This record gives sequence, C-alpha cells and structure tokens, in this order.
Amino acid sequence: MEVPILKQGSFLIATVQAALSDVDLLQFRSALIQYVVRSRSQGVILDVTDLDVMDSFASRTIREIAQMIRLRGAETVIVGIQPEVAFAMVQLGLTMEGVATALDLDEGLEYLNQKSKAATSRESHEPGRG
Amino acid sequence: MQRKNDSGIEAISQNPVAEPITRSEPTTLLLRELVGHLRQHRTQLREDWVSRITEAQLLTAMTKEEIFAEATSVYDSYVEVLQTGTFEALQTYARNLSERIIPRGVETHEVVGIVLLLRDVLARSLFAKYQADFEKLNRILDAYEPAANRIANTVAVGFVQERERVIRQQQEAIRELSTPVLQVRERLLILPIIGVIDPQRARQLTEQLLRGIRTNRAKVVVIDITGVAAMDATVANHLVQTVEASRLLGASSIVTGLSPEIAQTLVNIGVDLGKMNTVGDLQGGIEQAERLLGYKVVQLAEAS
Amino acid sequence: MGDILVDEIRVLITSDQDIVAARQQGRALAVKLEFSPGDSTLIATAISELARNIVSYARRGEICIRPTQNSDRPGIVIVASDDGPGIRDIRQAMRDGFSTSGSLGLGLPGVRRLMDDFEIVSEQGKGTTVTVKKWKP
Repeated sequence: MEVPILKQGSFLIATVQAALSDVDLLQFRSALIQYVVRSRSQGVILDVTDLDVMDSFASRTIREIAQMIRLRGAETVIVGIQPEVAFAMVQLGLTMEGVATALDLDEGLEYLNQKSKAATSRESHEPGRG
Repeated sequence: MQRKNDSGIEAISQNPVAEPITRSEPTTLLLRELVGHLRQHRTQLREDWVSRITEAQLLTAMTKEEIFAEATSVYDSYVEVLQTGTFEALQTYARNLSERIIPRGVETHEVVGIVLLLRDVLARSLFAKYQADFEKLNRILDAYEPAANRIANTVAVGFVQERERVIRQQQEAIRELSTPVLQVRERLLILPIIGVIDPQRARQLTEQLLRGIRTNRAKVVVIDITGVAAMDATVANHLVQTVEASRLLGASSIVTGLSPEIAQTLVNIGVDLGKMNTVGDLQGGIEQAERLLGYKVVQLAEAS
Repeated sequence: MGDILVDEIRVLITSDQDIVAARQQGRALAVKLEFSPGDSTLIATAISELARNIVSYARRGEICIRPTQNSDRPGIVIVASDDGPGIRDIRQAMRDGFSTSGSLGLGLPGVRRLMDDFEIVSEQGKGTTVTVKKWKP
C-alpha cells in the first residue's frame, strides 16, 4: 500500500491517515517497518493528526509499531494526538505506556534529536563498547 | 389519556413527541368544520383571548403589541395543528417562542396559562355556536378536546425543556469561567483545581487543559490540588486521567498541593504515586517545571 | 407526516471495514445532533469498540444509531447486537477490560466510561445486545 513517508535527515515521518480499516493499518505497519529497515533510519515520527478515533486496535497496533522499530535500533515518537482523542483514549484505558509522545512534528523532531544526541554522547563516553 | 367514545378517535398519548393523531372520517369532517369556524371568527376570538390574557395579568413582561403579535402566531399555529394533525410546526414554534421570551422573564405558569385560556375561549365559542344542537356539540367537543389538550401539553413541555436547556448552558458557562488554565511561562501551564469536583466539572477541567496544552504548546503542566475540597476515588481517577491524557499530547505533569493525608488517600485508593510527579507546594512545583524546561532559576541579590 | 425515524442508522457488521463505516456514520449523526467535538469523539470511539467486539467474537451483528429523548433532554442511543456465542459471565466481563493493550477482554468497562448510560443483555448461545446512550449537556 502507499504509505506517506517523508525523510527528514536520518529520521522518517510517517503519516497515519484517517479511516484506515484494521487490515489497512496492518499493511501500513508492515510497509513502514520495511521502510525503516531499508533506510536504516534512526528514528520515526508517527503522525496521527488525522486520526479522529483511536480505539483499542489502533492503539495496540501503534504500540507494536514502536516495539518493532525499537527492535531495529530506532526510536519512535507519536505526534498529533488530538485533545478529544486523548480524552477518549484515557477513558478506555489506552495510555500508550512505553511509547514516547510529543505535541506535533516540531516537538517530535526535537525529541528524536535529543535522543540521538544522548545516544551519541553515551557512545563517545564509553569507548570500546560496540 | 384516553377518551372512550363512538366516533372512533384513537387514544392520544401524553408524549408530544409521539406520532400525529390518526383520525376517522367523521372526525376529520368535524375538525374541518371546527377549523372553518375558528378561521372565520379569528379576529374576534383572538381579541377575546388577548383581553383574557390581560385580565389574568399574564405576560406582563411584554408590551401590548408584542402580546398581540405572539397571540396571532399561536392562534394560527393552533388552528393549523387542528387542521393538519401534525405537531412539528407547533413544536418548532414553541421552541422559538420560548427562546424569545425566556430572556424576557416570562415564566412557565404564564405560558401554560395563556394556552389554556385560548383553549377555553375557543371551547366557549363552540358552546355558543352549537348550543341548539347538543348532540353535535358533543361530537365537536369529542374531536376538539384531545387535540386542544395535546397542544397545551406540547407548548408547555417545549417551554420547560427550553428553560432547562438555558439553565444548563448557564451552569456550563459558569464552570468554564471558574476553571482557568493559566500560562505563566512559555510552555508551562498551571491548572489550579479549587472546590468540589463533580464528574462534569472534572471533564471540563481536563478538556480545557488539553486544549490549553495544544494552544500554548505546553511541555509541562502544574496541576495544583491544594484547593480541592475532597479527595476520593473518583477525583483521584480524574486526576490520573488528566495526567495520562496530558502526556499523550507530549506534556509532562507535576501535581502539587498534596498534603500527607491526601497522599495517603491516593495510595490507599491504589494510585501509583511513583508514576506521578508530585511536589509539596505550588511554588516548588513551578520551580521544578522551570528546571524541566531548562530555565535557570537565579536568586536575585537582596537590595542593599 | 412527521419525519421522526429519518435519522436512524443501521450498519451491518461483518468486517473490519464496517467498524470504520459505523463510527463515521455515528460521528456524523452526533455532529448533526449538535454534540460537542469531544462528545462526538467519545460516541465514535464507543461505536468503534462495540463494532469491534462484534467482529472479534460474534463475526456478525448490527449497530443501530439513532437520536433519543429522555424527560428533559435529547441524546443519542447506540444498540450493538449480535447472534454470537454470548458472554458467559457478564460480571467478569465488566471487571476485565481495563487493559492498556486492548487485547484482554471486551473493553466493556471502557465503553461504559465513554458513555452516560450502559445496558447489556447477553445469553450464552443466544447472543449479546449492548445499549449505550449519551445525553446532551
């Protein structure tokens, strides 16, 4: 499927469109992971601004995306959760625990930059670790 | 409400939102005759009605011209309902009328009163017209009364519902005003929670905070609960939800104003205080927020 | 004649795409009934979860969405019904489901938190009907 993905430096910005069915969302996940692997990206911004509903399946799938990306050595940050959607999510108990979140693209990029700086400085302070 | 009679009129439900009246043939003819009479004598009957309204000292908040104008509309709607049997136009009119007159201070008993007066004025004119034919008068009243009562019901209920809607709106507005989300530094919001937190207010607080986070692009929110009247499981849950929802928008929360007693209550309820960033007082919370945001907090030297 | 039933929506639920259709139509009706954006999202989310349960557990069912009225205010009612296996222990189902992953249970307590009124009827082997309502403030 066509997945809207932009490259931003060593990061990727992937946009989740509204009204994706479960099958669409799983295809999105699989396409995105392939892209991450191919591009050796260091981080992914998952933009859910267009999602007008985040239900249990969407929430679980997005968390799985973050886990899968982490397995490939990259960070994920979710941006663009709308206030009304956030409110509904916490009513359902969908807290996206363990997944980083930020307000918008700018914040998301700043987050990934900081994370990547921290990772680089850790490496430089620990010589000899591969 | 049910009328047992020979002309086969169906039971009329008390609920104005129910379906239109089903009519049998003779009823339809009777109503047609009735409507004709009401139209023919419109001017006179309307005048009778208005003078009875004034006599009863109703609608004192309105001028004579206004009363006359509304009386005309109500009269015509009344007759229209009798003719067509459908109440939608009347319901819409009742709502519009209510929207106009509620701000003027017109009360429920006045609205009910004037509609009942109209019913009486029209009934009297029917008595006058058919006094020679008792049997016919009975049949006409059998057709008229259920419809007239339902009209009164529709208008009254419409008025009351509109009034209650206005009151709820006002309460909502008051709640909005009394729960400010304050931006004190860039990217830093403070939400002071004061008083009693019912579920609706809690909802409103959270929604306002979330909108504030988006508008102000806040990265840290300080939620101060010093002024909360009572901490129980419900309030605690709202607090936890607010913190969680704020995080989904990329903002971290600091909860301030926890007394040791409240902290204990929260722990007893099962809130994991380890997951929540808490500071004793508001000032401390703001300083912590500033540190999180990377502001340097500098002590100014005392003036000598 | 009065157009009272014109706003009723019925969506047959058999696939994941029907979940999207049901919640989109539900949101549209909520907006038409002048619910706030926040409430419309709660309603759409509840519909999504209820429709999801039908697909996952019953394979096939129906979501009906329509306006309603109680003694003093208008609202919206959603009826999710299926002929599926039914819920063995409703009390348990109403306790489970506060799950962050969404993979445990039916998420019914969550749906109840989203809406104002909640009612469930279920019999093993016969099916399940969940009725939820939200009122305008």
